[in-house]
Amino acid sequence: MTQYAEGITAEIVKEHGINDEEYAVILDRLGRAPNMVELGIFSVMWSEHCSYKSSRAHLGKFPTSGEKVIQGPGENAGVIDIGDGQACIFKMESHNHPSYIEPYQGAATGVGGILRDVFTMGARPVALMNALRFGAPDHAKTTHLVSGVVAGIGGYGNCVGVPTVGGETNFHAGYNGNILVNAMAVGLADTDNIFYARGAEPGQPIVYVGSKTGRDGIHGATMASAEFDDQSEEKRPTVQVGDPFVEKKLIEACLELMATDAIAAIQDMGAAGLTSSSVEMADKGGIGIHLDMDKVPQREANMSTYEMMLSESQERMLVIMKPGREDVAYDIFKKWELDVAVIGETTDTGRMVLTHKGETVCDIPVAPLADDAPKYERPYFPPEARAQLNAKDIAKPDHMGDILLKLMSSPDMASKAWIWKQYDRHVMADTAASSEDPSDAAIVRVHGTKKALAITTDCTPRYCFADPYEGGKQAVAEAWRNLTATGADPIAITDCLNFGNPEREEIMGQFVGCIEGMAEACDVLSFPVVSGNVSLYNETNGVAIPPTPAVGAVGLIPDMDQRAGFGGMAEGNILLVVGETEGAMGASVYLKEIEGREDGGAPLVDLKTEKAHGDFVRDQIRAGRLTACHDISDGGLACAAADMALASDCGIKLAHEPEADVPMHGFLFGEDQARYLIAAEKENAIAILQDAKAEEIPVQVVGLAGGAAITVNGAHPLELDRLRAAWEGWMPGLMDKLAEAAE
Amino acid sequence: MKSAVIVFPGSNCDRDAHDAIEKVTGHKPAMVWHQESDLPEGTEFIMVPGGFSYGDYLRCGAMASRSAIMPAIVAHAATGAPVLGVCNGFQILTESGLLPGALMRNAGLKFVCEKAKLTVENANTRFTSHYEGGAELIVPIAHHDGNYFADADTLDRIEGEGQVVFRYGNNPNGSARDIAGITNEQGNVMGMMPHPERAVDANHGGTDGLKLFESLLGSA
Repeated sequence: MTQYAEGITAEIVKEHGINDEEYAVILDRLGRAPNMVELGIFSVMWSEHCSYKSSRAHLGKFPTSGEKVIQGPGENAGVIDIGDGQACIFKMESHNHPSYIEPYQGAATGVGGILRDVFTMGARPVALMNALRFGAPDHAKTTHLVSGVVAGIGGYGNCVGVPTVGGETNFHAGYNGNILVNAMAVGLADTDNIFYARGAEPGQPIVYVGSKTGRDGIHGATMASAEFDDQSEEKRPTVQVGDPFVEKKLIEACLELMATDAIAAIQDMGAAGLTSSSVEMADKGGIGIHLDMDKVPQREANMSTYEMMLSESQERMLVIMKPGREDVAYDIFKKWELDVAVIGETTDTGRMVLTHKGETVCDIPVAPLADDAPKYERPYFPPEARAQLNAKDIAKPDHMGDILLKLMSSPDMASKAWIWKQYDRHVMADTAASSEDPSDAAIVRVHGTKKALAITTDCTPRYCFADPYEGGKQAVAEAWRNLTATGADPIAITDCLNFGNPEREEIMGQFVGCIEGMAEACDVLSFPVVSGNVSLYNETNGVAIPPTPAVGAVGLIPDMDQRAGFGGMAEGNILLVVGETEGAMGASVYLKEIEGREDGGAPLVDLKTEKAHGDFVRDQIRAGRLTACHDISDGGLACAAADMALASDCGIKLAHEPEADVPMHGFLFGEDQARYLIAAEKENAIAILQDAKAEEIPVQVVGLAGGAAITVNGAHPLELDRLRAAWEGWMPGLMDKLAEAAE
Repeated sequence: MKSAVIVFPGSNCDRDAHDAIEKVTGHKPAMVWHQESDLPEGTEFIMVPGGFSYGDYLRCGAMASRSAIMPAIVAHAATGAPVLGVCNGFQILTESGLLPGALMRNAGLKFVCEKAKLTVENANTRFTSHYEGGAELIVPIAHHDGNYFADADTLDRIEGEGQVVFRYGNNPNGSARDIAGITNEQGNVMGMMPHPERAVDANHGGTDGLKLFESLLGSA
């Protein structure tokens, strides 16, 4: 057997990201050398992005089933049961590499792609979220990237008319060379009308709908599976260009088609476009496919099969229809002025056959593309354990108000209104709480009911870097806590696992540690993983990002009238902390912003405690006893109190027991887990304390609402006006520099 | 009151408009596709909803204003019947000549979504009769091109004729004279950038938009 087909060299194989071992498998499965088209197809299907070759061995550790899980990982998105015959369908996905190279289009198409994953399954998208990580605020590229990414997310989401209701944004020098843009979409469907990639049978027409295929995005999946170097900006042509107007029409047309019972299987064309959508449906149906490339709607002249199969042009779907029902699709898609074409049919051969201009240009078995994709047990070693760091080990500052001001106006804590004001948060008229509102999770009503979805994204990369296992646990626990703090029952999560180069043992160690910690938390909290995405090689010139396993979580509020936020505290309310405070300072915001250090162990998460405390708080919310509820996380009690005071426009008099074992700065800024700050009227506070005693939940009175400042033991004042100005002012101040530079 | 909501490709507030009208009037409005050339028999009130008709390509509202349904809307307006355009609907109504002026890119050049403070400048219109003159409202805005512009003579004229119906409390987009909503000379066609249909529910956006639909119902 010749090693290489005509026109192919070892160099070309290498450029396709296929190593010698993988190439040998291809030769074996085909029994001959692949041609250029076939090589391209193997290249994208076996890329890290599509095949999960470095991560599959560990993803199986996640609990993925549960009473409310209708569909776990493996389909376009996860599906959970929210009662009354309704399902919530959601997923989070990364668009990191393209967003760094071309921030507007990279972020925009990230939103478009994740929306398609959700409406492909029959859901009407009802909410978008995003988790963003940028480099240091003073890094030369940061403001440019922030500006482009935010405009791109808004430009796409606003136009398709799906509200962008929440998210999170971090800044850290570890992301200077690789930003993270993780977008999450949430949709609603009827449980009896959900669509899958599986279900196709031989002899069914394959219908292409949506935009035409162009030369954009060729090899995007391969790019997203490699490290960056100084020449990475030359990869701009591999970034796709989005058209949210077409996406909006595609959503409406697909939902119309889905109401007709004409579909056998459906898949969006995302990464690796026509290749992965057709291969996945064929593989899941155990069938073959034949595509006539001449029939593919093309944007440009003289496109080759290689280009068409690898293009990542946006806003396209592939539908396998029930025979004889093609007209139904034609009528609907013509009405919406979208391209529609029968481009092939399913077969019983188990082979992928492509013909173009009268010639067979590809003829390969389907199974190896999906099933024989490489799976690596990459070697790893766990990072060195770091010692816990307590407030007692750190010098006590003089003025707590000054410290609080500094923390609340630090990059990660300051108001992100500059960002979320650019997102339409209200379209669809079901947003009960979004980024602008004092709520630990976004709240989106289930249309026409009194139920609501609570949605959050969470991850604390500082903790994951300090201790991947505890950090992984904490990411899941914080998401669970945020949902709980609104009164929701947490149901399930999606994840977006962002890491560096898995071929390095320490990076693989971070990856495995985070997964094992997350899995443990999901298990104890009955919070299964139903969908997700892995983004590796977030690394430039050998420097990796901090490990960032972003969690997107969904819960259900059974009755909109029984929920909590943190803006309802009023003068005279008693403030209580649920949970124990020991003054954990390792990898804390305080340590970074005040001491300029990032050492110490991550705070430990006791999952059983987490669950007990959360269940207690949820019961109190539903009993209607709280005026405000806020989880305690970054920046500790004082920052949670500051959020509550700003949102409620009411000061807080905090009280710290001078004889306490925990020093004042530990009490105020320690990041111990499993804690909530709650506010209640006096009688309710007494009832809460009685319940806590009976249920053996540690609850402590920490202050009283009133005045126009935050004080501690009557001293250390921070006036709310001053706090608000600093908190609101940081981000506009940063971004104005960009505007000035442009002038 | 028999209502119709016009749907263009790219409209995305059509369902919100439908639900708000149904909530207040008790009747489901007809959803009228842009390629129709006639309105349903007996239509009294037409709402042109927000969104990104035709993706805002060319100019916001420009292509929609040339669509098949537009002559029917113009003819309907000429009978004195009420027509309301919100956000992209406002842009479509100015592009079609039913309302004076134009909506340009926001002065800050960015999309702006916030709960805007409005003042009712004229409570003697069929859209605002249930409000008190000078009432302050909170109504959400969400747009990239809401910067109202007209030449000075036109602005003077519409101010003089009471055609300025809503003004911003804290101008979010650079609109001339803080104008947020206007009517035509006859007072039966109104355009506004803020979304009253997003302010008809205490659980979402507040209820300050309710009276607008109630005024319409009362005037029908």
